[in-house]
Amino acid sequence: MPRLEFNRQEAKTPMPELDPVERATCFSEVALGYSADDAVNEAKRCIQCKNKPCVKGCPVGVPIPEFIALVAEGDFAEAYAYVKDANALPAICGRVCPQETQCEGVCTRGRRGEPVGIGRLERFVADWAFEHPEEAAAALAEKLAVDDEVKSELSLDDSPADNSELLEEGSVPVIPSDVDLTGHRVAMVGSGPAALTCAGELAKHGCDVVVFEALHKVGGVLTYGIPEFRLPKDLVAREISSLEEAGVTFEPNSVIGKLYDIEELMNEEGFEAVFVGTGAGLPTYLNIEGEGLNGVSVANELLTRVNLMKAYDHPNFDTPVFAGERCIVVGGGNVAMDAARTAKRLGADVTVVYRRGLEEMPARAEEIHHAQEEGITFELLTNPVRLIGNDEGWIEGAEVVSMELGEPDASGRRRPVEIAGSEHVIPCDMFIIAVGSKTNPLIAKTTPGLEVTSRNLIIADEQTGATSIPGVFAGGDAVIGAATVILAMGAGKRAAYGISEYLLRCSGEQH
Amino acid sequence: MYPIVSVEALNSEVTRMEIFAPQVAKKIRPGQFIMLRIDEKGERIPLTMNDCDPVAGTVTIIFQQVGATTIRLASMLPGQAIQDFVGPLGNPTELDGVKRACVIGGGLGTAIAYPQAKWLHDHGAEVDVITGFRTKDLVILEKEIAEVAAWHKVMTDDGSNGNKGVVTAPLQERIDAGAGYELVSAVGPIIMMKFVALTTKAAGIKTLVSMNPLMVDGTGMCGGCRVKVGDQYLHACVDGPDFDGHLVDYDDAMRRGVAYRKFENAARERCLWAAKAEKIEEQQEAHDRLAETELEGKVGE
Repeated sequence: MPRLEFNRQEAKTPMPELDPVERATCFSEVALGYSADDAVNEAKRCIQCKNKPCVKGCPVGVPIPEFIALVAEGDFAEAYAYVKDANALPAICGRVCPQETQCEGVCTRGRRGEPVGIGRLERFVADWAFEHPEEAAAALAEKLAVDDEVKSELSLDDSPADNSELLEEGSVPVIPSDVDLTGHRVAMVGSGPAALTCAGELAKHGCDVVVFEALHKVGGVLTYGIPEFRLPKDLVAREISSLEEAGVTFEPNSVIGKLYDIEELMNEEGFEAVFVGTGAGLPTYLNIEGEGLNGVSVANELLTRVNLMKAYDHPNFDTPVFAGERCIVVGGGNVAMDAARTAKRLGADVTVVYRRGLEEMPARAEEIHHAQEEGITFELLTNPVRLIGNDEGWIEGAEVVSMELGEPDASGRRRPVEIAGSEHVIPCDMFIIAVGSKTNPLIAKTTPGLEVTSRNLIIADEQTGATSIPGVFAGGDAVIGAATVILAMGAGKRAAYGISEYLLRCSGEQH
Repeated sequence: MYPIVSVEALNSEVTRMEIFAPQVAKKIRPGQFIMLRIDEKGERIPLTMNDCDPVAGTVTIIFQQVGATTIRLASMLPGQAIQDFVGPLGNPTELDGVKRACVIGGGLGTAIAYPQAKWLHDHGAEVDVITGFRTKDLVILEKEIAEVAAWHKVMTDDGSNGNKGVVTAPLQERIDAGAGYELVSAVGPIIMMKFVALTTKAAGIKTLVSMNPLMVDGTGMCGGCRVKVGDQYLHACVDGPDFDGHLVDYDDAMRRGVAYRKFENAARERCLWAAKAEKIEEQQEAHDRLAETELEGKVGE
């Protein structure tokens, strides 16, 4: 490849966004994406450095410099093929991945000035592919065919030892392209990013995959959790229909552990392996006085009503939603930002209350920035201690205390300490709790022999997803606790490798 | 899609419906519920199972036309289908090993009390059933209950069936007469369950009540269905819907139950107005058709 004349621009090429005043009243997507010119300009900022730290920073191992070089040349179809081959859900990852702590966090360009906008470029190629489906599909098919040729040439002197080398490097193991899983049947429990990725990887090799989802719509957190203005739902639907085209079957309205348990799936329904990707959907509470008042809810309720049930379009959709006139959201993560920005769009005056400072907030900087732009108030170093109700049992205020930061705690963040005598009341008619979520114990309870931690996290092998039961694999939030979409996808991809190895081992073949 | 097999109006307010959902029918037990969504724009509503037929693959639900969704549901016909139908959700009522019990149903709660009584009867228990309704025209499942109950009494608020009073009156009489109940299970309006629990507490009888709070997903996620039990809030969808009747905070449940009342009332009004508008339109059309035929007749003359 001829050396690129790189673009020395220090900052990322800006991405157009909806005006904050306009967008705070609607659910349209905030970030509008690059034009082709923007994308080429940004791609040229990549210096194609030799050690590619970005690829090691990516949980699914996207060949970042390669696809960016193709974007710089204007070959968007092939760029898409490179991304899609490694990442089943590029349009989603381009939008919701915390790139700043992954690929972009280690980008060589980031040492001076801003890193290359890898997420924005990934989003661009995925969106381009949606608009040019035939060219994109042709490029992907060609890429897969070329891969096959290369692999079959290599396979003569390529021993399985190479795979273990890959594992040691911490890269994501990929099912070799000549592996044929036709005739094998595998079930996914849950349809979030972990299960979708796992399903997609297995389906690529002809495996018969059925995805069981408890809700009426598939997508897991992508559907019920992340709001429309950050991740449009028709985009999620498109990614899912592309999996359907690849042969994956979806069974919504199927609560595994109730309708079937895992043993029945394996012994009666003919699944040779099961992947559990049930996520972390259960709410946690503050356990303070007044949490039962009307007008107090967890972020899950608000987000489920709005995202899954489309309550923002009530009464056109039947499910209503109440966000109040003065709404407090407690918490500092992405879910808290999503809840705050959702309540704002429903017409509430929103205050985020967080017990540490802005620096310590676990939410992505971009989300905090967007929330601030939209007019959301932040009461930092503030912690609710009691919720106050009126005579009818509706909340009318939250008593909070001011905090100061003390010594670092186990997580390395400075521990917030109450300032004595600093109690004061913030009036509100809605109070939303967004302080983390935990895993659903249903699978653990209904699957004898499945080893879990005291927090109901499923114990699974980091590299293969294998659990204590042969043939049962797990990954994503159900294993590591509430984390990110991309980590779940990485786990799904590794489990697909683990499952294919298991299936072949059981049928006496080898990778 | 889940086909509707049969629809039957039990009275002016209550409808019985059989839905084809074979895997649910195989698994669901008394006390468990399903959630359904009529169509793409519908809300998810929880309904506790009334009966199931694993051989025919059907689940029976009984519902009262109280809100927009149940009014629309009642107007559906056999052959039509429901978009989503998910279950079994929640835990079955713990009836194992009970030999002597009293099952109490208030109004629509009778639909849920019935399968408990039937299960107990089928498993060799002697079960008394007390049901209560506003008036005799609203009495449901009298015949079905008579088949499984050792003793059955129907009460009405207005005395129109000859038994005026609340369900706790005969319950107290039976307890006093030495009925020897090991378990009382009550399903109905919160206020009824509250007074049943007060009655049985004095007598020291284990009591289960079935809670039916607001719910969005029904799988443990939304937290909308919190019920105060003892000193903690539990999720009715995954921890219930049955709870120890002596620990439930009924006043709290009543207060939480009205959180969305304003929206519910507005939706019902819209639904009723839409039905009324449709009716007016139909009448108008019928009138126009009549006028046309008359006109044609006159022209023909």
